[in-house]
Amino acid sequence: MLSWIDAILQGVLLGGLYALFAAGLSLMFGIMRLVNLAHGDLIVFAAFIILVIADLLGANIFVATAVTLPIMFAVGFVLQRYLLNRTLGKDILPPLLVTFGISIVIQNGLLETFSADNQRLQAFGIETQSWSLGGGIAVGVMPTLTFASAVIAILALNWIMYRTELGRGFRATSDDPSTAQLMGIDNHKVFAAATGIAFVVITLSALYFGNRAQFDPTIGSFRLLYAFEAVIIGGLGSLWGTLAGGIILGVAQTIGAKINPEWQILAGHVVFLVVLVVRPRGLFPRAVD
Amino acid sequence: MALLETHDLVAFYGDFQALYGIDTYVDEGETVAIIGANGAGKSTFLHNITGLHAGAGEAVQFDGRPVGHLPAAEIVKLGIALVPEGRRLFPSLSVEENLLIGAYGQKKTGHWTLETIFELFPVLRQLRRSPATSLSGGQQQMVAFGRALISNPRLLLCDEVSLGLAPTVIKDIYEALPVIKESGASIMLVEQDVQRALGVADRVYCFMEGRVTLSGHPSEFDHATIRSAYFGT
Ligand SMILES: Nc1ncnc2c1ncn2[C@@H]1O[C@H](COP(=O)(O)OP(=O)(O)O)[C@@H](O)[C@H]1O
Ligand SMILES: [Mg+2]
Repeated sequence: MLSWIDAILQGVLLGGLYALFAAGLSLMFGIMRLVNLAHGDLIVFAAFIILVIADLLGANIFVATAVTLPIMFAVGFVLQRYLLNRTLGKDILPPLLVTFGISIVIQNGLLETFSADNQRLQAFGIETQSWSLGGGIAVGVMPTLTFASAVIAILALNWIMYRTELGRGFRATSDDPSTAQLMGIDNHKVFAAATGIAFVVITLSALYFGNRAQFDPTIGSFRLLYAFEAVIIGGLGSLWGTLAGGIILGVAQTIGAKINPEWQILAGHVVFLVVLVVRPRGLFPRAVD
Repeated sequence: MALLETHDLVAFYGDFQALYGIDTYVDEGETVAIIGANGAGKSTFLHNITGLHAGAGEAVQFDGRPVGHLPAAEIVKLGIALVPEGRRLFPSLSVEENLLIGAYGQKKTGHWTLETIFELFPVLRQLRRSPATSLSGGQQQMVAFGRALISNPRLLLCDEVSLGLAPTVIKDIYEALPVIKESGASIMLVEQDVQRALGVADRVYCFMEGRVTLSGHPSEFDHATIRSAYFGT
């Protein structure tokens, strides 16, 4: 019994990582209807930036991440302002093609610069520490931090969306871009800010992703799949849904692994397919669409 | 000098010409009505003024300077606000958020605030937390008015605000016009309901097929003149 509780608990914590993967994707889709196929590669890209900055400053990965956050915000802002905005329109194909192209550019750029070697964001031994909850159940410090960061990130994003003027601008522009302009909203600036914020979340997920396991320049596309699954399980455009989607995916994987270690990945995909069949719009779809 | 002036304003949708040289003006404090049949070009005209339809260039002057080249988001900050045809409220936003967004990114203050808008349309106060599109048509129209007013415009453009509303509701909406006028805003009112437009306007323009067919004070015209300017018969 306890071992099942343990599996669920570990799954929930793993779900935090998937929710972080997915939150940036969910945000960009929710506001701009932009499906960012480079999302996974951008996480890997951010992990490399953290690595380089930690090296340069001789700092630990948390400090390096703090330095990387504003850099990645700026990268996202500029990328949206001067490239992605031009792809948005009635046709959904251009943004897919362009972000797919960005994904290839990032992978090859990273391969050229850093080679295909495995890397890891080491956090002075925290990754091996855990808290015992009694009964043989323990939670790792890093997974717990990851989950807490995911919840805080979702809370913060919701606060921006529902409590600030910028968030009102996001929702209005997503409802009706031409009427939003009549309100004094510059769509292109608002979208640039949205992508900047998504890139901050990307950087946060890069920290935990790069610490949890080894990574190399080509691994991003695989991670994109989990992000997509979490977003779609949760319901397109809903941030709390995305957190729920991440947790469901994480729990499905750890329970699957508990039954048979080979089933971990498969169990996640099966749950995703079941949700897709039963509720094609996800568990918590946005009311207005 | 007029507050708003259009001179030889033309507009196209691709190859189709919608406006053929429109000359109009609105003086400070005036209420000007634009009447005309469906498809006459009234909305196109307002969209040129607000920047929604780009390319007006020098043909639109506001407060003595050309604004036709500016994007819509800049023009509202200069003091022109539109109550759009069909209201176009934001469904994801509550009533209060729909009102607030009218002053997006603006620091400028004036007579119109959430409070004074709730005084003008008291029914909105209880409904402030409701999704805007859950309201009745008349209440939604009030939100659309409030959303335009909260930017404290010097010129308020209204596009067919009575369309599809019951007569008693239309009366309520029209009773707000004198209060708006008193706050210092000039008003340009597009209407298909000729009687109602003539009742509130200081001056009137009639549009037909992209041209001004009549302009002047409402008292100058008899029914036959208006009918022929409106329908071309
Ligand atoms: N987006 C558009 N594309 C093509 N033609 C349009 C568009 N909007 C309006 N028109 C045409 O322009 C003319 C004027 O339309 P409009 O300004 O909406 O008239 P009104 O507001 O007086 O009813 C009409 O013939 C209409 O069919
Ligand atoms: Mg019209």
